[in-house]
Amino acid sequence: MKQAMADTDVFNQRLQDEGYWVFADGLTPATTATVVDGQGAEPVLTDGPYLESKEYLGGFWIIEAPNLDVALRLAAEGSNACRGKVEVRAFANE
Amino acid sequence: VRLPVEEVGAETIARVHREEWARVVAVLTRRFGDLDIAEEMAAEAFAIAVERWPTDGVPPNPGAWITTTANRRAIDRLRRESRRDDKQKQAQMLYDDTTPPLGAIEDDRLQLIFICCHPALAMEARIALTLRMVGGLTVPEIAHAFLVQEATIGQRITRAKAKIKAANIPYRVPSAEDLPGRTSGVLAVLFLIFNEGYLTSDPQKEAVRSDLTLEAIRLTRLLQALLPTDGEVAGLLALMLLTEARRPARISASGELVTLDEQDRGAWDAALIAEGHWSESGLPRSPQVRDTRPLPDPGGHQRSAYLRQRRSRQAGPGRLPRLPRDRADLLRRLGRSAAARAAYEKAIELAGNTAEIAYLARRRDQLGPN
Repeated sequence: MKQAMADTDVFNQRLQDEGYWVFADGLTPATTATVVDGQGAEPVLTDGPYLESKEYLGGFWIIEAPNLDVALRLAAEGSNACRGKVEVRAFANE
Repeated sequence: VRLPVEEVGAETIARVHREEWARVVAVLTRRFGDLDIAEEMAAEAFAIAVERWPTDGVPPNPGAWITTTANRRAIDRLRRESRRDDKQKQAQMLYDDTTPPLGAIEDDRLQLIFICCHPALAMEARIALTLRMVGGLTVPEIAHAFLVQEATIGQRITRAKAKIKAANIPYRVPSAEDLPGRTSGVLAVLFLIFNEGYLTSDPQKEAVRSDLTLEAIRLTRLLQALLPTDGEVAGLLALMLLTEARRPARISASGELVTLDEQDRGAWDAALIAEGHWSESGLPRSPQVRDTRPLPDPGGHQRSAYLRQRRSRQAGPGRLPRLPRDRADLLRRLGRSAAARAAYEKAIELAGNTAEIAYLARRRDQLGPN
């Protein structure tokens, strides 16, 4: 875990040096999440994550890449550094 | 100079379609940066050709005529849409020259193949997209070939195109470092198309679908022409040609699969064999190359007899083959009838192909009482 964080720091530094970096951070554990449903008259608060599952979002990177091929290569490196899978999605309107 | 009217038949248009479709779609894709527009306008241009050529005659350069017609249609459509839509954005699309300059040697069709076989797309989507965009098969044709609903194929293609656009999958030949991996990915798609034709997995279908094997060969030939120094591509083409050459001898008159050693060699296609060997000879000379070549292995399907024979020759004593069919044959030769029978039963259970089932059933029935 310690090594994963160190490797992720190195990877993040590289993203910044090479100009891909926009923002990145890790998230606190999913167990500390609060789900808010504001669609009704009164907001409903629920303790715990939106979806109970073995896999949850541990953090995210926002990067700027010219195309998916570049994004996928960076994602593979990030995944290797943080010891987790990375889902790649493009912003709808960049 | 235009050809006389009577010579313009459906056949001419079909031939131009076969030869020019991929190029037209590829050129339009680069020009407009949109697979949807490219596909629809190419199809429209061919529809116009079907209408006009029989009366006007075939233009001297049919491919250029189709491209120009499709190009005009695309611009008309974008103009129409720009009235409704964001005018500026559409206008920019027409005159945008900011797309990266392409190397002269990079054929548009190669980029089209790579985008259709992109690893970020599901394998089923890659197959459908490649057959549609590069092969020029219609959605009903693809659906028929794979015995899948037309709507399903249509949806796969639509979804794939939407993902390419939304995820910004680039329209280009992969970088040198990615090229070998990506080429293997393309070969996997072509091999799966070939294999579905070679030994269709559906018991309701005829045993060998030459439309699919021939289409796979056509696409692999195209890839080979575009990547002439790639040994993997030449190797797969050789494998396909040598396999296809034996097609006339592979199924008996009674619809049963004929194994390699029992085939009538006189029925093999000598021209394809010659071309296959020629293609194979283009491989690097290292003796290791052929055996270590990572051939894509579609799940559960049989590989060609060519590989099978080599593998069984290599199998050491005392080790039984893993495939039930090979296992059954070996057990039969060893005289272990009961075990052979069980293995044949298992193989029949797993086989989807009618000719293969007929072959296995005969072998099983040839076994004496246990």
